[in-house]
Amino acid sequence: MQVTGAQAVMKSLEALGVHDVFGYPGGAILPAYDPLIEADIRHILVRHEQGAIHAAEGYAHVTGEVGVCIVTSGPAATNLVTGLCDALMDSVPVLAITGQVASTAIGSDAFQEADVTGITMPVTKHNELVTTVERIPAAIKEAYHIAESGRPGPVLVDIPKDLLNQTFEWAWPEHIDLPGYRPTVRGHGRMVREAVELIGTASKPVIYAGGGITRAAASDELIEFAELLELPVVTTLNARGVIPENHDLAVGMPGMHGHYAAVKALQESDLLVALGTRFDDRVTGDLASFAPHAKVIHVDIDPAEIGKNRAVDVPIVGDAKVVIGQLISAATDRLDRVKPDAAAWREHIVTMKREHPLRCDQPETGPIKPQTAIRAIHATWGDDAVYVAGVGQHQMWSSQVIPWSRPRQWINSGGLGTMGFAVPAAIGAKVGAPDRPVVAIDGDGCFQMTFQEIAAAVQFEIPVVFAVINNGFLGMVRQWQHLFYDDRLSEVTLPQDCPDLVKLADAYGIPGFRATTIEELQNVLDKAHQITDQSMIIDIRVDPDEMVFPMIPAGRPNDEIIESVEEYRARAAGE
Amino acid sequence: MQLVSEGPEMNNRHTLSVLVENKPGVLARIAGMFSRRGYNIHSLAVGPTEVPQVSRLTIVVGTEATRLEQVIKQLNKLVNVLKIVELDPSDSVELETQLVKVTAEAEHRSQIIELADVFRAHIVDVDHESITIEATGTAGDLERMVALLEPFGIREMVRSGTIALARGSRSITDGSKVRMQRVV
Repeated sequence: MQVTGAQAVMKSLEALGVHDVFGYPGGAILPAYDPLIEADIRHILVRHEQGAIHAAEGYAHVTGEVGVCIVTSGPAATNLVTGLCDALMDSVPVLAITGQVASTAIGSDAFQEADVTGITMPVTKHNELVTTVERIPAAIKEAYHIAESGRPGPVLVDIPKDLLNQTFEWAWPEHIDLPGYRPTVRGHGRMVREAVELIGTASKPVIYAGGGITRAAASDELIEFAELLELPVVTTLNARGVIPENHDLAVGMPGMHGHYAAVKALQESDLLVALGTRFDDRVTGDLASFAPHAKVIHVDIDPAEIGKNRAVDVPIVGDAKVVIGQLISAATDRLDRVKPDAAAWREHIVTMKREHPLRCDQPETGPIKPQTAIRAIHATWGDDAVYVAGVGQHQMWSSQVIPWSRPRQWINSGGLGTMGFAVPAAIGAKVGAPDRPVVAIDGDGCFQMTFQEIAAAVQFEIPVVFAVINNGFLGMVRQWQHLFYDDRLSEVTLPQDCPDLVKLADAYGIPGFRATTIEELQNVLDKAHQITDQSMIIDIRVDPDEMVFPMIPAGRPNDEIIESVEEYRARAAGE
Repeated sequence: MQLVSEGPEMNNRHTLSVLVENKPGVLARIAGMFSRRGYNIHSLAVGPTEVPQVSRLTIVVGTEATRLEQVIKQLNKLVNVLKIVELDPSDSVELETQLVKVTAEAEHRSQIIELADVFRAHIVDVDHESITIEATGTAGDLERMVALLEPFGIREMVRSGTIALARGSRSITDGSKVRMQRVV
């Protein structure tokens, strides 16, 4: 069967089982948008290409499958860069297809020409400029495979317009040939045995679980392993929910704004069992003083993460699900020997959790505390819902206060810290999980970076709750200016009424709500919860003076964790 | 990426032989990775191998051991990279090639030619005012030759990156993933 390159793009996506794509047409990709009309693929027309890729990320986060976006050349492709980098940092499987100017025009500074493979090389797992029409199916199949396998990540395929118009005899490649790409899935047997033996000698062991657990769908194995050896578990920002927060062994989130007990558990530990995590600076703080007494078992599918930031005693390269399964078998065989004697340690962690809870005093009258708003949002939409955040205070509060109960329930931009992530990512998440409520808990700064995508949510009937934690400031920047720049506020004010978010909702033809007091908050959420078939905006005016604590100032040792602003001031006065 | 000149960190030098798929942009990926992660390249040479689809890079990296491990691992993550071998300097042949155009007045001509002979270098071009010498050897040999030629006046010179092979009959292209591409 003779097909055009453009038809081949659609047939390839169909062959891969892609049902939903996020995109924006334009000159060089135009040929592909014609066969799209007949293709068995739903296309969500975003309002900015950055929205397309964040939506693809949201879709990938919630489904575990590859999120796909299609855009044209030049500025459209360069608009993907932030999302590609975001997906690379958080290991999100994304396939981006970009149109390119005709191959005869490449290098001539043609209209809407950009060196897209060059520009995106450092922000993709892999990319390819397709050079023959026959190559299109294999290029897309390989890209999809690379995106979803090993350590997942974004892969971009750039296709010149003339190739899209050429015809060739359609052939879907049975096999793909990537001689330089063979991710190691199974852990080394001897290392696995060494790991469990080492656990047996520990008296203060802790599992340090990262986003790799979510990516590998290894939550069940993680819980089984933790229960088998009674190991406490801390979960990083990207791993929240891989063990329910109310589980006896769950300790909370480590890091700069982590829970006290989780931060201290890592610091005081004599053995870190690091699973699918990368010793990010936001977790370790000052590396030299991070978990200073701990030996380290490090399991990761990316060999380059092992030993990158922290020296490792037992390295295991492999897929988290497979390796934890191996660890469970190895431990079961010699349970009496390798189950650590750590009851006192667990008791100590429980005591720390009890004595050092998150602090937030919600006055009965007076402004809504943001933590109160977020708890009320969770109470309203519950554990079935997917919660999506941007970056900043609202993100940290959400990660701290919501009692996460399952993986893929919490989607946010971790590694890159991309403001504006939430609105498009929530739309993508809803496309991927149409039967779950999807709630974007966004900041007023983040929201204004990408809220144009609400139009896409309305147009394509993708109902998402956009709850804006509106404090009228770039809150996290303000917090740093307050604490570290002597309260000299510089360019952090965003007037709470500009734009008027209720009127904005009206402009999009969707319900808009505002809550400024505790009573209003409950009323508004009750009303909002009744609406399930429409997107909506909820403007929650919160106390602008509330700050995120605990906090470890950047680059400081984790032992210097500060639990409240009063404690910070007392320390600052003492110095 | 910083192209570093000869420095005191000579003992931090490591020679990597890297087999890559011969595809567009591979060199840019490798150079970009070094640049992005702040690794130093002392020299880089690239050329074909006995397998048409495979190119071989010889990269001399200046870094300590733990960082070298990262360099190798990050290189390995590139999809087009097939194999990386660190060559043991005591068990491999490492050579560079240099062309030096030396001012050659009539009275110095024989002296220059003698010097070239000592270094087993060849005269590849001569005119009334200059001699161009081609020499192949270790970096140290070439530097010593240049130092001795300097008093005559060096007009211009060019030096290749290091190329290297392990001694003995072993071949790093023997690996199966490379082999499968070999044209029979």
